[in-house]
Amino acid sequence: MKRRKFDAAALPAKTAGAVDDRFQVSTPLRKLLNKVFPDHWSFLLGEIALFSFIVLLLTGVFLTFFFEPAMTEVTYDGSYAPLRGTPMSAAYASSLDISFDVRGGLIMRQMHHWAALLFMAAIVVHMLRVFFTGAFRKPRETNWIIGSLLFWVGFLAGFTGYSLPDDGLSGTGLRIASGIILSIPVIGSWVSSSIFGGEFPGTIIISRFFIAHVLLIPGLLVALISVHLGLVFKQKHTQWPGPGRTNENVVGERMFPRYALKQGGFFMVVFGVIALFGGLFQINPIWYFGPYEAWVVSAASQPDWYVMFLDGSTRLMPAWEISIPIGDGYVIPPLFWPTVVLPGILVGLSTMYPFLEARRLKDYKHHNLLQRPRDVPARTAVGAMAVAFYIVLTLSGANDVIADKFHISLNAMTWAGRIGLLVLPPLAYYFTYRICLGLQQHDREVLAHGVETGIIKRLPDGRFVEVHQPLTAVDGHDGHGPALDYVGWVVPKKMNRLGALGPAIRGFFYPIEKPAEAPVSPGHPPVEPRAEREEIGSGESRR
Amino acid sequence: MTSDNDRRRGLLARLRGRPVARSRGRRRLGAAVRLAAALMLAGGAYTVFAPGVQAQDNPPLSAAANEGKALFDVSCVTCHGRNAQGVEGRGPSLIGVGSASVEFQVSSGRMPMARQEAQAMRKPPHFTDEQVRQLGQYIQELGGGPQVPNGNLREGANLSTGGELFRINCSQCHAFGAGGGALSSGKYAPSLQPASDRQIYAAMLSGPQNMPVFGDNQITPEQKADIIAYIQETLKHNQDQGGFNLGRYGPSTEGLAIFLVGIVALVFASLWIAGKS
Repeated sequence: MKRRKFDAAALPAKTAGAVDDRFQVSTPLRKLLNKVFPDHWSFLLGEIALFSFIVLLLTGVFLTFFFEPAMTEVTYDGSYAPLRGTPMSAAYASSLDISFDVRGGLIMRQMHHWAALLFMAAIVVHMLRVFFTGAFRKPRETNWIIGSLLFWVGFLAGFTGYSLPDDGLSGTGLRIASGIILSIPVIGSWVSSSIFGGEFPGTIIISRFFIAHVLLIPGLLVALISVHLGLVFKQKHTQWPGPGRTNENVVGERMFPRYALKQGGFFMVVFGVIALFGGLFQINPIWYFGPYEAWVVSAASQPDWYVMFLDGSTRLMPAWEISIPIGDGYVIPPLFWPTVVLPGILVGLSTMYPFLEARRLKDYKHHNLLQRPRDVPARTAVGAMAVAFYIVLTLSGANDVIADKFHISLNAMTWAGRIGLLVLPPLAYYFTYRICLGLQQHDREVLAHGVETGIIKRLPDGRFVEVHQPLTAVDGHDGHGPALDYVGWVVPKKMNRLGALGPAIRGFFYPIEKPAEAPVSPGHPPVEPRAEREEIGSGESRR
Repeated sequence: MTSDNDRRRGLLARLRGRPVARSRGRRRLGAAVRLAAALMLAGGAYTVFAPGVQAQDNPPLSAAANEGKALFDVSCVTCHGRNAQGVEGRGPSLIGVGSASVEFQVSSGRMPMARQEAQAMRKPPHFTDEQVRQLGQYIQELGGGPQVPNGNLREGANLSTGGELFRINCSQCHAFGAGGGALSSGKYAPSLQPASDRQIYAAMLSGPQNMPVFGDNQITPEQKADIIAYIQETLKHNQDQGGFNLGRYGPSTEGLAIFLVGIVALVFASLWIAGKS
């Protein structure tokens, strides 16, 4: 038989050629694969959210195979002994089955829940990065708004998911949600009874939340994420200022192969971290909470962390009830302000911030270069103020746990939260502003006088001075060169950043990496590479 | 007519009866008899009410109770008073609290208290089990009250009933995982992790500190056994099905974990990946 000649090396090219022959994709693909992304660690925070969303989709699909979204009453007879014989809803029974009787079900459930917490955490951290670096400025206001909406849609996704198992904790959460809806003036009772299909809890809410949680909200999330990423592609990524980087270009790596490989690796890291969490840390042990019954409310019933600020605002709100003497009397309960009005204000403020700032600064130009937080003290301080506000509310949401575990009076915690909510944000603003100015000043100082060397010199007249290493060539008369301009990027402040010690030996595994070619990092003055050192070994050859 | 007159003359007159003419001798005799009767009455009253040298006002204390009284007079008397009647502003009366209360408070180290505060804390117990029993016996004999039955306190218990009762009656304060929770003004429901069967039973019977009393007509002894079994066998079972339980404090520690562990780990990962350029 004649052996056919098979050239393995030519296979990829031949396949690609055949594909292009039929679909004509090489031109658009080339454009895509050659797209340049700037590289900085903080640009990867949003990817954490994206990747945890993928994990959410994967684990969520697994869970839907076994979850029964119904409130019909069944008697549990699964393998968790302490609940056997207890009447409960089918939803709770199937959640218990997922946890105890479905192979791999518990780790999937826990991964799903941890991925949800990570998704929201990564959104917030990413949002802080975008805010503090000014990446939301024109032309990217739309993407900022979409990002803010992603937080709130994720918030809904999390809340509906939290409610699905129909355990004691989720039922308590639903009860609070129904109370919040009822507190809305005029429309509250209608909205509540249409959502719950009558009086709380009704028999339909789990099925409704299920379809919202697995179809409507994820659909919305996918759509928003697609637009979010599409806009990043279209408008290109922002970058830090530095040598060769202008408002009109993007300096970085091509999408293919390095950037894509790194992203793939980062996805694996995120997946791995979530899997570790799912396997190592218990989350939401629904079997302790028991089936939801209206008369069962456990201590330390809290929402997940991203909802906790609303719980906190409710706990801090004084009992101010507004009675309006119309008709038989109309009452606006105090719950309305911290749980409906406050989030409304927060949505408005957060989505409108780019326009507010542009209007205040009368700055309507395109900005593709990021700003260091210290260079825009007012914005940084406003951000710190918002963070302080949010943290006080979130901690107040857990104030009973904190009071109990740290032996503080719960009343003291409530008052500390009330006072802290009013006092800490302005303090955060003031201190952040001053710190920003201080850092700016130090940058300018180093640019003018050079880097502190740590060498103290005694002058002939007895004075001690510290020797500074100027960043420019010395022009003679006073040991100073011309003062350098600040370009909005890191100013070297340590001698080894100037190459005084030589770059550190990099690499964890053998072979040790060679020092990277200059520029190590944009903004660093080019450094003479140090002389190649000889590796000290045992004498045996490892190559 | 006569009764009308009687009414008008009043009670004393009626008691005295109608004036009857009597002889002098009979009157003298009557006076002597009345004097003797009055003396007997006064003496009798004196013997009844006066603290006699040999008088025994209570049944004698048992030997254990006497030991208990000796301990009481050293360690408890400052706040609870000489006869456990309580001291205003320091400690409540112990009359009628029963040995259940003593057993709970003393065997868990809450009593003697280290200082006056919102609530007594659990400490290593100051007295041995034997001494606790003696103190309990003393208080029991002093004023009676609820007692913890002897024997196995989770005989024939049903875990799922216990779980349901625990969630309805206990989890509001002690939380779903029995880790405890905050009450107002520095008071708290303690963790049930270190509690023994007898302590849980005694606490339900006596309602220590801020805990309500769950008497036998509210939660029957069988139901108490169910609850104790649920706490001891399910909630104290330290191998949580889902891995490390983060203290079972609910979503607050879960949120902390995702930031302190998850986000921190991934920020380091992104520093590492972005650094590889």
